[in-house]
Amino acid sequence: MASLKELRARIGSIKSTRKITSAMKMVAAAKLRRAQASAEAARPYAAAMRRMLGELAGAVQGEGGVPRLLSGTGQDKVHLLVPLTSDRGLCGGFNSNVHRLTVQTIRRLQSEGKTVRLLPVGRRALNFFSRDYADLIVDHVIGVSGKEIPFSVASGLGEKINALVESGEIDVCSLVFNKFHNAMMQVPTSQQLVPLLMEEQGAGDVPADSVAQYEFEPDEATILAMLLPRNLQVQIYAALLETAAGENGARMTAMDNATRNAGRSIDSLTQVYNRTRQTNITNELIEIISGAQAV
Amino acid sequence: MPVLIEIISPEKVLVSREVDMAVLPGMEGDIAAMPEHAPMMLLLRGGVVALHEGDVVTDRFFVAGGFADITATRCTVLADKAVPVSEISIDNATAQLEALSEIWDKTDKTDMTRLSALQDQILAVRAEIAAGAGTV
Repeated sequence: MASLKELRARIGSIKSTRKITSAMKMVAAAKLRRAQASAEAARPYAAAMRRMLGELAGAVQGEGGVPRLLSGTGQDKVHLLVPLTSDRGLCGGFNSNVHRLTVQTIRRLQSEGKTVRLLPVGRRALNFFSRDYADLIVDHVIGVSGKEIPFSVASGLGEKINALVESGEIDVCSLVFNKFHNAMMQVPTSQQLVPLLMEEQGAGDVPADSVAQYEFEPDEATILAMLLPRNLQVQIYAALLETAAGENGARMTAMDNATRNAGRSIDSLTQVYNRTRQTNITNELIEIISGAQAV
Repeated sequence: MPVLIEIISPEKVLVSREVDMAVLPGMEGDIAAMPEHAPMMLLLRGGVVALHEGDVVTDRFFVAGGFADITATRCTVLADKAVPVSEISIDNATAQLEALSEIWDKTDKTDMTRLSALQDQILAVRAEIAAGAGTV
């Protein structure tokens, strides 16, 4: 059995671990609130953009020269996967869920005879994919998570993807990220960005003549060519914000569990400590008494 | 009957309220959004969106390019970047202009798409400085 001194040291060290995990939990909770607020604030832009895009896509339908971001390259050979993760660990299965889904997708695409390229975002993804798939990585972005995310990160990423699509290096592009449901639950999802999947609009939503009435300045094609890259950036931005919220949510949950586990092992160690102490006292008493009797 | 103006940047909604008229810096000239305007979608250049109530300009916002969607009752401005004119930092904008001119000097002068994109950016920053200095 461990000596009293060892037990005291262990209890002490677990107590300081508990202090750290509970502090991390508080920090994650505060950051989660901020991340959720900025995700909330970014929603109107995305919504307005979807509405405009729907009207525009209707207006240019059937015309030639539709940008590649909307129609794709017409092929389905080279896939770019963009896994979004955090830069730091200690957030439970948050990052490994994204890794697992990405690896599954890579294997599936490769077994179908397609070429896969990777653009990992976040230090965790970069480290993970550098190990087994280093030759697939075309580029990476790190140092994003944990702070307020400026829109320029998303626009830079969007421009990179746009350049790859325009030069014909990739045909399809998908994001892999954790969709934020609540602090306890993030669902790893894969979302296709290029070619753009338009949500089918119900015929009842927009009367056919309202599309025709729209005037465009300069013209439909020019606006569409400007709007599509912007839409790509907005979708990436939304995914980055969800990742930020999810990371903090996952960390909060993980640290809450860690704090609770630390408390539990402190309790059981304290019990062992007290019992050992009592046994020691009893032993000493027996020794003294039997010593006294022997005299 | 007023028109509902919304100025939205990627990060947040800056304004959402009813005004009598909003003047937008369109790519091909300024356009006023007023009640009963025909539905219209336009590209914006870098410039100032002025909100009018009656004959008075109540608020001015600088937008660095973007899109606007005008209908009879509503005007939605999707700005790449938007700030109230009173909060423009001329120092920042000047630094940005210098950085852009440097990029311009280094860019291949045969790459027309890149050049025109850069030119739009430079014009937008110049407009920002002008708006901040109060000369517009």
